Amino acid sequence: MKDLIDRLGTLFTLGDITEKRDDLAFVSVAPDLLRAVITHLRDVEGFSHLVLLTAVDWIEGGRFQLTYLVNNRTKACDIGLRVFIDREEATMAGIHDLWPTAATYQRELKEMFGIDFPGSPRIDEEFILEGWTDIPPYRRDFDTKKYAEETYFHRPGRETFDPATHMKDKLYPGEAS
Amino acid sequence: MEAFVKPGEKNRLKERPERPAKEELQPRVVTTPDGQEITVEPLKDYYCEAPPKVHPPAYFKIVEDLFNWARAESIWILGFGTGCGAIEMRPLMTPRFDAYRYGIQWRPTPRQANLFVISGYLSVKTLKRAIRSYEQMQNPKYVVGLGSCTINGGMYWDSYNTIKRLDRYLPVDLYITGCMPRPEALLAGFLELKKIIKAGKGEGANRYAENFAWYKANQKQVIHDWDMPDYSW
Ligand code: SF4
Repeated sequence: MKDLIDRLGTLFTLGDITEKRDDLAFVSVAPDLLRAVITHLRDVEGFSHLVLLTAVDWIEGGRFQLTYLVNNRTKACDIGLRVFIDREEATMAGIHDLWPTAATYQRELKEMFGIDFPGSPRIDEEFILEGWTDIPPYRRDFDTKKYAEETYFHRPGRETFDPATHMKDKLYPGEAS
Repeated sequence: MEAFVKPGEKNRLKERPERPAKEELQPRVVTTPDGQEITVEPLKDYYCEAPPKVHPPAYFKIVEDLFNWARAESIWILGFGTGCGAIEMRPLMTPRFDAYRYGIQWRPTPRQANLFVISGYLSVKTLKRAIRSYEQMQNPKYVVGLGSCTINGGMYWDSYNTIKRLDRYLPVDLYITGCMPRPEALLAGFLELKKIIKAGKGEGANRYAENFAWYKANQKQVIHDWDMPDYSW
């Protein structure tokens, strides 16, 4: 893994590097470098399998993190490429031409996070949600509880207890404040 | 079971904008092979629009009782696993629990079934298919809500895409509690359902027909791309 990252480092400018295990590391790369790095990993380093493509909403920092996890089957190791993109203009170059399976991930990210991948097949078609009109539900500023309360019927009588105070009440009735 | 709430009760839910019908469902002019131009309205022309009808009981009570006995002893379940609870149906079919000895069996299509078991969480997307399937079943038909998800949302109570109260969208005859209920609980539930049917109280299909507008309004409240006719049998 160390050699691989050194080799990558001589070719590309890499950001943060986290080595989780001997066979797993995460590397940050700039958005415009991603396609080059991932093509290199696929064609030169033998990473043949796109394990997943997923996103994290770092709302405090105003950005989305995309993680591209690729696997080298012969060497049994994985490398994750992290890309940070702007949250306001969430657009990223697709990799569906490198791995056709990426198209499905990209469609999901468009629907659940609102991250656009221009040119990706069927990117604007509904993926899981049908007739969704609100902001994408995996964005952290989407209030799922509030949405559920306004959209679905409640059955009266359901009570929720804070476990800590509830157990204190039950076990030490006199002491609970 | 909670008393049925009549239409006209206060609705505190948010109004949602109506979405235009999908393009393939909008009326359009097509040219036939012999050059004639005709207008088609897919939702009207391809489906029967008639709303459901109330089926009155037989004229003699003794006949209706006989019918109800026969209905209770031949429960045919629609094999449509809607949530995790459906996993409990497999052991029910196999020799250990052997539901067949109670006259309970599984059918592959809604047309052959009279019991719809909603087996847990119901996402809005699945609800749409569940409604279509329910409407295609023959009268009389029954709905059993299985697991806490169908009762109050269960652990999906704050989810953006699963409904909370099944009885607002389909007429529920019986709930079986648990997350998820054991096969024994299901068997007990089915026996309870038999009692309800024999007592002449398994009238869900008629309740659905009587309160059709209310059910439809509730269904359309959550299903925004309503690309089907109002009654799709
Ligand atoms: S009640 Fe529990 S077991 Fe049943 S669908 Fe809901 S979460 Fe799953």
